[in-house]
Amino acid sequence: MSTTTVDQTRGLARPAPAARATFFRAMRGDSSFKRLLIHLTLIVSCAISAYPILRIVSVALRPGDRLLSTSLAIIPDDASLNSFTHVVNETDFPLWIWNSLIITITTATIGVILAATSAYAFSRWKFPGRSFGLVFLLATQMIPAAMLLVPIFIVSTQLGLTNSYRGLILAFSVTTVPFSVWILKGYYDTIPIDLEEAAKIDGASQLQAFVKILLPLSTPALAIVFLFNFMTAWNDFMLPRVMIGSATQLHVWTLGLQHFQDQFRTSWGDFAAASIMISIPVMALFLYSSKWLISGLTLGSVKG
Amino acid sequence: MDKLTPALFGNSLQQILSTVLIIVLAIITLEVSLYLAWLLAERLDRALHKQAALIGYVIQIGAFAAVFLGALAVASSVLDSLDFKALLKPVESDLMRGLYLWAALSAIFVVPLVSLAGGVISLLRLQRQPSLRMVYLLLAPAAVGLGVLIVYPIFYEFRLAFSNMSLRNFKVFEYSLEHGLNNLTLLFTEPVLKQVGFFPVLLRTVIWTAVNVSLHVAGGIGLALLLNRPMRGRGLYRTLLVLPWAIPQVIAVLAWRGEFHYQYGFVNLILQGLGLEPVKWLTDPLWNFVGMIIVNVWLGIPFMMVILLGGLQSIAGEYYEAAEIDGASARQQFTNITLPLLRPVLTPVIVLGTIWTFNNFNVPFLINQNELETSDILVTALFRSAFEYNRYGFAAMFAFVTFLILLGFSLIYIWRSGGLRGAYE
Repeated sequence: MSTTTVDQTRGLARPAPAARATFFRAMRGDSSFKRLLIHLTLIVSCAISAYPILRIVSVALRPGDRLLSTSLAIIPDDASLNSFTHVVNETDFPLWIWNSLIITITTATIGVILAATSAYAFSRWKFPGRSFGLVFLLATQMIPAAMLLVPIFIVSTQLGLTNSYRGLILAFSVTTVPFSVWILKGYYDTIPIDLEEAAKIDGASQLQAFVKILLPLSTPALAIVFLFNFMTAWNDFMLPRVMIGSATQLHVWTLGLQHFQDQFRTSWGDFAAASIMISIPVMALFLYSSKWLISGLTLGSVKG
Repeated sequence: MDKLTPALFGNSLQQILSTVLIIVLAIITLEVSLYLAWLLAERLDRALHKQAALIGYVIQIGAFAAVFLGALAVASSVLDSLDFKALLKPVESDLMRGLYLWAALSAIFVVPLVSLAGGVISLLRLQRQPSLRMVYLLLAPAAVGLGVLIVYPIFYEFRLAFSNMSLRNFKVFEYSLEHGLNNLTLLFTEPVLKQVGFFPVLLRTVIWTAVNVSLHVAGGIGLALLLNRPMRGRGLYRTLLVLPWAIPQVIAVLAWRGEFHYQYGFVNLILQGLGLEPVKWLTDPLWNFVGMIIVNVWLGIPFMMVILLGGLQSIAGEYYEAAEIDGASARQQFTNITLPLLRPVLTPVIVLGTIWTFNNFNVPFLINQNELETSDILVTALFRSAFEYNRYGFAAMFAFVTFLILLGFSLIYIWRSGGLRGAYE
């Protein structure tokens, strides 16, 4: 029984009609007291999940002379944007963002290229070692990153790759490849092979069929995989800390933000303002792309 | 202070470009040598019948080598002509050193690699299926990348576990069974950092994982059940509830750490507002650990909720209709319909959640402001023993034991629950 239908033009999972029927059945018999209770629980949960984030906004808006306050209000009475201008003009914040941007864009691009080509092989051919390869990719997800850190750090030190962009980019570029291959393989599987066959009859080579037929059709999945790679590298703390921890001119924002708190003179307003400037684009991207990511995640597991 | 000056800007761009160039060149080398190997295998096969083919093979290798060296010459002259020198001298020489290193390495390795791979292909008779040539060319870059950065480090680490490597003997260290056994004994008898031994940390990690995963799943199922119905404001609730997952984890954890401040953090302010005593979240061992769990539960519930909501929506309504006709109560419907039908989603998510929580680094590392050893879980203790105490050989053994524990758990869980079966096909 298939529980998800796949839209061929976009290839993304949608709930089957039967599932939608459950959904609309559920609330019919509920009493108004039960509904009130449900709404109350949800409102309390939302407050718990959103309040700590709103607190960051509130700290960022406080004027410099009263960062430490016992008020619980979200928008302080004398709100000011001083922290924002201070972070942009007086700290290394622009440098961190620049470093993060170039490192993550490079690694995400390399990761997508590696994953796109190998997923094509896994999707279109039966070859010796195929199922071993797929299981191996799954198994790599189980390896603790902290375990690989020690050997990667030592080998990089011996090769002189620590405290350079190069070492970090190399180490980052393959970490998300296994997951990306799974997502892309699942997506390629939904695109009929007939399209490539037709192109080949018209004289295209296998490579041309891949680049000119399959890749353009997979743009949404490629974009999602790029985003996922981007987010993983963008938000990582542990690997940069080990690889470029002592080269301050290479620091990415995760290391930089920790500086704000490391000092005994905690730059609380700077931290909050920087956090907001980083979080808003990332959260917007995440909320926009999360449903596609999840459909990719569950595509394989709920097909039973 | 390191301002983003134009010189720094140009310097970093140049470093990135040179890195990309090296990766591209490496991939080209790999693909070309693999292709050559394939041709070699075909030639070898035919040469058994027709020795003359060997001459063709030599010519082909020569042609490829010429193209390859030509491309290298062009690349290096182009790079040389760009005026990077004005920016920073050492990096410029670093780039050229990298290029020469790459040229030398590929020159040394291509011929043996080609012959080796060609021999393997020929032996496995893969050349009988010409379409497979494409498969291995497509897979090669990712396979080499994963091999160099995941498989090789695992072996290297296993070797390292049998060494006495530390900061003091970083260059001069030795491998021996004795050192391995020594590391192993130290791990189980001595404190892993300064005060706390291995087993208390293991126990704390198990508690950390069990409490977190059960609260994640319970919270996730609860919220998913509440949201799995048509109602006003459903989209808004869902978006607000997903926020902790959407915000970059480092920011969320650092913000929480700030909010655990004794006097000004909102957690204590709320506790005081409720008439309770404020809590020393950052210095008291027990409360620091509780704080870690609070943060991680807050962070982890949204993922479970979203995944399980997807699972709930895929359960067909007919089951519930049939159950209602038979007079089943809401609780019976939950235990007899919802839970069993959620299993295919629940099992992999629990395994993943356990692995993620067990390996969680950001929360325990960043919340623990005063480096309390009583708040370390295995992964952070391992990190500190390697990168703060610089006992690399010991840390490698520590990591290896930790990995075995996790692997053992995952295998038992997957085997017992029959999960992941059919996850790939």
